[in-house]
Amino acid sequence: MKLGLVIDLDVCVGCHGCAVACKQWNTSGTTGPLTDTDAYGAEPSGVWFNRIRSYEVGDYPHNKTVHFPMSCMHCEDAACVTVCPTGASWKRQEDGIVLVDQDKCMGCNLCSWACPYGARELDPASGTMKKCTLCIDRIYDERLPVEERQPACVLTCPAHARHFGDFDDPESDVSRLTRERSGYALMPEMGYKPTNKYLPPRQKRTVDTSDVARGGVRDKLKAWVNRVVAR
Amino acid sequence: MAGFEKIPDFAKELPQFEPRDKQQTHFTTCYMCACRCGIEVTVEDNKVRFIRGNRNHPVNRGVMCGKGNAGIMKQYSPAKLKGPLRRKPGSERGSGEFEEISWDEALNELTARLQKIRETDPKKLAFFTGRDQMQALTGLWATQFGTINWAAHGGFCSVNMAAAGLYMLGHAFWEFGDPDWDRTKYFMLWGVAEDHASNPIKIGLEKLKRNGGKFVAINPVRTGYQAIADEWVPIRPGTDGMLALSMVHVLLSRELVDFDFLIRYTNAPWLVVNTQGQKGDGLILRDENGKPLAWDLEKEAFVDATQAEIKPATFGEYTAPDGRPVRTVMTVLVEKYLDEQYAPENAAKICGVPAEQIERMALEIAHVAFKETITVDVEWTDWAGRKHDKFIGRPVSMHAMRGISAHSNGFQAARAIHLLQTLLGTIDCPGGFRAKAPYPKHVPPPIKPAREMAPNTPLKSPPLGFPTGPEDLVIDADGNPLRLDKAYSWDAPVAAHGMMHMVITNAVKGDPYPIDTLILFMANMAWNSTMNTKSVQEMLREKGDDGEYKIPYLVVSDAFHSEMVNFADLVLPDTTYLERYDTISLLDRPISEPDAICDSVRIPVLEPDRDVRSWQEVMVDLAGRLKFPAFTGEDGQPKFSGYKEFITQWEKAPGIGFLAGWRGKDGEKSLRGEPNPNQWEKYKENGAFFEYHLPESTRFYKFANKEYLELAKEAGFNGSSEPIIFELYSEALQKFRLAGQGLYDGPMPTREEDKERLTNWFDPLPIFYVPLEEQRIDTDKYTFHAVNQRPMLMYHSWDSQNAWLRQILAQNFLYMNRSRALKMGIEDGAWVWVESHNGKIRVQVKLMEGVQEDTVWTWNAIGKQGGAWGLSADAPEAARGFLMNHLISELLPPKEGSRDITNSDPITGQAAWYDLRVKITPAAPGETGSWPQFDTVKPLPGAKPSPSEVRHQSHEAVNLVRPIDDVLSRGAK
Repeated sequence: MKLGLVIDLDVCVGCHGCAVACKQWNTSGTTGPLTDTDAYGAEPSGVWFNRIRSYEVGDYPHNKTVHFPMSCMHCEDAACVTVCPTGASWKRQEDGIVLVDQDKCMGCNLCSWACPYGARELDPASGTMKKCTLCIDRIYDERLPVEERQPACVLTCPAHARHFGDFDDPESDVSRLTRERSGYALMPEMGYKPTNKYLPPRQKRTVDTSDVARGGVRDKLKAWVNRVVAR
Repeated sequence: MAGFEKIPDFAKELPQFEPRDKQQTHFTTCYMCACRCGIEVTVEDNKVRFIRGNRNHPVNRGVMCGKGNAGIMKQYSPAKLKGPLRRKPGSERGSGEFEEISWDEALNELTARLQKIRETDPKKLAFFTGRDQMQALTGLWATQFGTINWAAHGGFCSVNMAAAGLYMLGHAFWEFGDPDWDRTKYFMLWGVAEDHASNPIKIGLEKLKRNGGKFVAINPVRTGYQAIADEWVPIRPGTDGMLALSMVHVLLSRELVDFDFLIRYTNAPWLVVNTQGQKGDGLILRDENGKPLAWDLEKEAFVDATQAEIKPATFGEYTAPDGRPVRTVMTVLVEKYLDEQYAPENAAKICGVPAEQIERMALEIAHVAFKETITVDVEWTDWAGRKHDKFIGRPVSMHAMRGISAHSNGFQAARAIHLLQTLLGTIDCPGGFRAKAPYPKHVPPPIKPAREMAPNTPLKSPPLGFPTGPEDLVIDADGNPLRLDKAYSWDAPVAAHGMMHMVITNAVKGDPYPIDTLILFMANMAWNSTMNTKSVQEMLREKGDDGEYKIPYLVVSDAFHSEMVNFADLVLPDTTYLERYDTISLLDRPISEPDAICDSVRIPVLEPDRDVRSWQEVMVDLAGRLKFPAFTGEDGQPKFSGYKEFITQWEKAPGIGFLAGWRGKDGEKSLRGEPNPNQWEKYKENGAFFEYHLPESTRFYKFANKEYLELAKEAGFNGSSEPIIFELYSEALQKFRLAGQGLYDGPMPTREEDKERLTNWFDPLPIFYVPLEEQRIDTDKYTFHAVNQRPMLMYHSWDSQNAWLRQILAQNFLYMNRSRALKMGIEDGAWVWVESHNGKIRVQVKLMEGVQEDTVWTWNAIGKQGGAWGLSADAPEAARGFLMNHLISELLPPKEGSRDITNSDPITGQAAWYDLRVKITPAAPGETGSWPQFDTVKPLPGAKPSPSEVRHQSHEAVNLVRPIDDVLSRGAK
């Protein structure tokens, strides 16, 4: 299996729901807690597996605002795994999820330098590297109802901009959406074959007005005719 | 998609990550903002493991936003109040010196004080509430106390939206209506609207885009929802009314209106008296029974315009039997809007939106309404008993909120938008702007604000209502305001939500009179929930010649250590939303959907670890101690053991109470039925909400749908099942205008400025006018419009500086249009002075493309007073963040010959905090940091310092170990 996410940039409004749901689930999850430092002070900071980058494209008034959620891409050829000196970072053969074994990680940061997506975060309290687990502690949990066996970010997304599934299955939602909406991988030129895909904004809808634009009629009131309509 | 139906074999080897035997799940309702989503909370050893959206809940259908997901950090905020506090005797108010007291002491002290006020002069108690959603209870409490000085924060928030809708359609934006997200094909979002219906709008926008609909965003700023709009219209702030009316002009000039809809469902054919300069001008021609008249084209006679099967003229001028000239509303309307002042070329100059774009948008909505008409093939019966085989839908929808509302022309602007919708026939039809129960109501709802007060006596009607003429004002015989906030006076005759923003100023000035006690619940009026913050803090400290504070006794109930708490004389600590019983009632601000009548509850999921009580409990307790009639039994003892029992037992009318679900002795009745002592248990069993699915035949055209109207009457939503007629032309406004012109049979103002305001702004048809602040200042000096909004991840969640959310945003900037700023020599990151007629602030700038050139803006309420909310003195919120509030006065800039007048919409009293105009100049080299700065708030007694490191987890993590053979093979297959 090749599990991963599809993120629809046509509908993401940047509410941070996915980022905070991830934080919430994972702070008590398999690599928790996700430490926060200076939580009420001058430089609040913490471990997050999913962050929303927002930026603008184009110049006023033809500018666009883009909200771009980023988390681990679960690359097929993950550089973070290749460079790991202790064997803590690994890509699971069964489902392709990239994980960090907290018992083996020594917090050397090599993987974080290798990852071009900024997906890895060092927990200053545990001294270990942490990252998106694709909610491995949810998706296989038989005690959860079927519809909840999904990553927390996908479950929570109010705009349904996030989809989870198996890219090896051509009939899965993620495969179908990628196919139909020209989903693309981020920075494929790096050669790490990211699994997650992004859906570009849809074509803008244009509304034909030729059938209503009975041009230039500026007849004033007197020309208007009463129609007989029963109340 | 769903998750794995069958767990793959390999996954069966995984460890058990979650200690499920120690976990329980509970359903309740979120309160991280005003959206009221259903949540399921997983609790482990009285600690929160996870909060997720309730899949079955009508509001959010399982999803949750950034705020809702951060509930854990609200629950574990170090700023939570721990017990009742009293300002230390001898210490100065606002100095932060408190002593801990018991609940008995606190409530005895408060009861004695309130009892004395109630026995002597009940208006000396002012009770105002902030971001609460329990106005049915707080309003009942004030009514029973006998003070008219009560309101929630609607006047500060978005009363313009509610009032505009209720005076035209009987429903409104805000929480009273929704776009038909499943069917709409064209959606216009006017102004910033991230405040209410947070998740439903996000869910809806995705549906719209998936269905191939078009999304147009009209907003000077492109953030949030506007980011995904198909078309962004960077309009100049405060000019939306003109844009809407210019689109009306285009539609009318091409006859692109739904005449059938207008004739059947609106007052378009009603006849208006046309006797300019005389009494009665502009009023509706009525028969001896007060029924409006129309001209019947077939009978060629005047007929009762409310009758079925008449064939009324839409256009025309006639002579009434008494000889007065009359013409149809539609005639007046068309004449008005065909005027060249509304032509796109002229609107373009005002709005900053190109004329071609205005015309195109108008034609686009006309095309979708009339050429992409949809139908829902369901048989229904109209108000007159006529059967129809389908609902006709015009799939254009709109939404607007604060961005339109918070201007002094916002009431008329919102009416202009509703007029646009109505001309297209898109009201409560498939694909259009649908009403949500208990709306629609009759136009306007038939409740009049209370005026008379007497010691130890409840009010005869609620403090808030809907005036339909000057005789309904809450003024004395000399025309002076009777309410402390001057709502329903000549300052703001239709102030349907009160004017919270004037309370402190008026009380301190003793204008119209001094008060004894001010109770504030969940309202941060010493900081971000007020205009003119610095001077409001000074006013709270102000003393009279007798050494007594101008506001002698200030009681604050809040759950967190806010800036307001710091000014209290008595602090009553509230619970968090996870620790309380609460109702989201149809009597209040309901959570219904267009297809279902809904309400919901909060049920505690955690035991409080502090000496706190919910404000609901405290109010019921106080009501018993003060022996309010509705809360006192025949034996003279308190009638209810507490909030829970009050909710199940109290009836507004026979069979109607706070909760509509599982009524009747055995819980078998919906909407109406005798009290059910087990109602709370039923809600608990059903996921903390009640959903009554409307039969398909009642889902649209509710305003004229017999079956729905009868249901609404039975459920107590409306007093009658008569159809609801949309008032494009508001006779109520015309009555006020006549009073301004000196032509009214009833109360009339005596001051020139009042006459002028009534004459100019109370137009019975929607109009555009330049916002009032702008009319009084030098726009060549104050060249920029300054507006603010809350970030989507914090909107309405401002009662805790959340440890997670503040990592995303802890400092606000002043955002400016890049090329405009660079031309002024202002670079990204520069510090600038921002000056208004009211004062100046120093702030840091960020440049962006997505803001209209004449507009600057910021995220509101990020700036905080150091020490409040558990924040350190050097927190970015305090050191570099800022409030725009300092620049905004609660009063209009002074004008010669005019008294002090509120900086509000002259009709509704809506605080006009988006009218602000400013001047921007670069700060001198070395001038950095935000200004003004405030003293650091002292910690409360017994408060522990905020933790530096937070490592929340509900259980020890179960690590997933990489198998040794995988390590050895380096993952090779």
